[in-house]
Amino acid sequence: MTSAIRIEGVTKRYGQVQALAGVDLDIAQGEFFGLLGPNGAGKTTLISALAGLTRADSGRLAVMGHDVVTGYRAARRLLGVVPQELVFDPFFTVRETLRIQSGYYGIRDNASWIDEILDALDLTAKADTNMRQLSGGMKRRVLVAQALVHRPPVIVLDEPTAGVDVELRQGLWSFIRRLNRDGHTIVLTTHYLEEAEKLCGRIAMLKQGRIVTLDTTADLLRRFSAHTLRLRLTPGAQLPTALRTRAVAVPETAGDLSFTLESCDEVAVILQALREAGCHIDDIEIVKPDLEDVFVRVMHLV
Amino acid sequence: MSGFVTLFQKEVLRFWKVGFQTVAAPVLTVLLYLLVFAHVLQAHIKVYENVSYAAFLVPGLIMMAVLQNAFSNSSSSLIQSKVTGNIIFMLLPPISYRQFFLAYVLAAVVRGVVVGLGVLLMTLWFVDLPYREPLWILLFALLGGAIMGSLGVIAGIWADKFDQLAAFQNFIIVPLTFLSGVFYSIHSLPPFWQRVSHFNPIFYMIDGFRYGFFGVSDVAPLLSLSIIGACFIVLSVLTLWLLKTGYKLRA
Repeated sequence: MTSAIRIEGVTKRYGQVQALAGVDLDIAQGEFFGLLGPNGAGKTTLISALAGLTRADSGRLAVMGHDVVTGYRAARRLLGVVPQELVFDPFFTVRETLRIQSGYYGIRDNASWIDEILDALDLTAKADTNMRQLSGGMKRRVLVAQALVHRPPVIVLDEPTAGVDVELRQGLWSFIRRLNRDGHTIVLTTHYLEEAEKLCGRIAMLKQGRIVTLDTTADLLRRFSAHTLRLRLTPGAQLPTALRTRAVAVPETAGDLSFTLESCDEVAVILQALREAGCHIDDIEIVKPDLEDVFVRVMHLV
Repeated sequence: MSGFVTLFQKEVLRFWKVGFQTVAAPVLTVLLYLLVFAHVLQAHIKVYENVSYAAFLVPGLIMMAVLQNAFSNSSSSLIQSKVTGNIIFMLLPPISYRQFFLAYVLAAVVRGVVVGLGVLLMTLWFVDLPYREPLWILLFALLGGAIMGSLGVIAGIWADKFDQLAAFQNFIIVPLTFLSGVFYSIHSLPPFWQRVSHFNPIFYMIDGFRYGFFGVSDVAPLLSLSIIGACFIVLSVLTLWLLKTGYKLRA
């Protein structure tokens, strides 16, 4: 099957800054893909090159097999982009904005689909309101709607939840999940790592214009993070020697200890050792591996 | 094709929605020029036989309105879209650079012609114009509007800030239109300034446009047409090239 997105050897330099230093990436149709990295890693540049908003210095990018330069018409028709900046045209209402955007893609009558998107994004009541009068969160939703007017099979969201409140964020994600279930390929950049962890099946991490890690979310968590057991012992308890080397003091706590677990079975082993040494436990917690941990490690590793 | 139609419609709708500012205000400004200049100079200046100064002035003012408003439309629309960032909505869809060019220039011509017509309608009470060669009137209005619309696209793409665009407008467009023979025949100028005026393309637009009304002009209308036709071709090629390379828009 044709890749939803194929990126080969893409480089881009802005003056002294090497924004992209040779990126290769293949995203299959139907994936929910996360593109993570610190600010300035090249995420937005990569998206811009894919959307034809900027031209790569070298390399090739294709959307559903269509080169974004030589086959730009087809490529752009198949791609929907939600930009990071909260931009809007102050001259028009929500519905006008969506109608105009449809027209740009050559769709003359798009009323029923526009109604459907408005409904899904909870914008129906604001359909005839001027863009200027909308709150930030609503403007953000209109941006999502604008990216969907031409029913693109591939949707790229560049930090869609920056500055969006919790309720709206959840609404947005359930809608985007639905799109993914319906077969749309979703590419997401975000700084909220727990969102990426929950949503994305596969994740690439960028640093200084290069992909430094690319794996399924589950494997990333396995490789770079692990379950940890956190304990608070009764004051005065002496940790058995066998455990002393493994225990790590948890910073900013009153002597909490954490143990990195190879497997969940180890919990029983540790507890057994503590009981035999006569240690009493005041508090206990098992912490799941999380993407933030992975992210921090990966960014420091390379 | 329909990407072009929508972009064109959007550009027209954009200025129409703020018609007070984009149509009514320039019409009023031009009428004020007419009232003041015609009142002050009517008794002193006779440019052509059987043509009152007010009558002489009106076509020049109409053309000036067409040109300045055509320029304003494309340039201010582009700079606004660039500064606010909503230009992205036009760059993401599969609109070709030719469609982009056509839509902006055509909408600029529409704005120019609408304002020009507004001025014409308002001056019907003041002066009686003969309309000798209506086709020439139309041709010069459309071509002049297209040239300035195209120049507006270039200025809008080039300028990064509003004040750069204002400088372009105030230091280039306005002097060129004012010194193009809107208010006088260049034959009334000293020989040196007459020669200088011949290097101003807007002089030919005004002169040819005026020819359409009175059947007389400072230079042969065909010469004017050839010169502004050449200007249009040069500017179009330049604008299309800028758009094709993505200069500043797809950096």
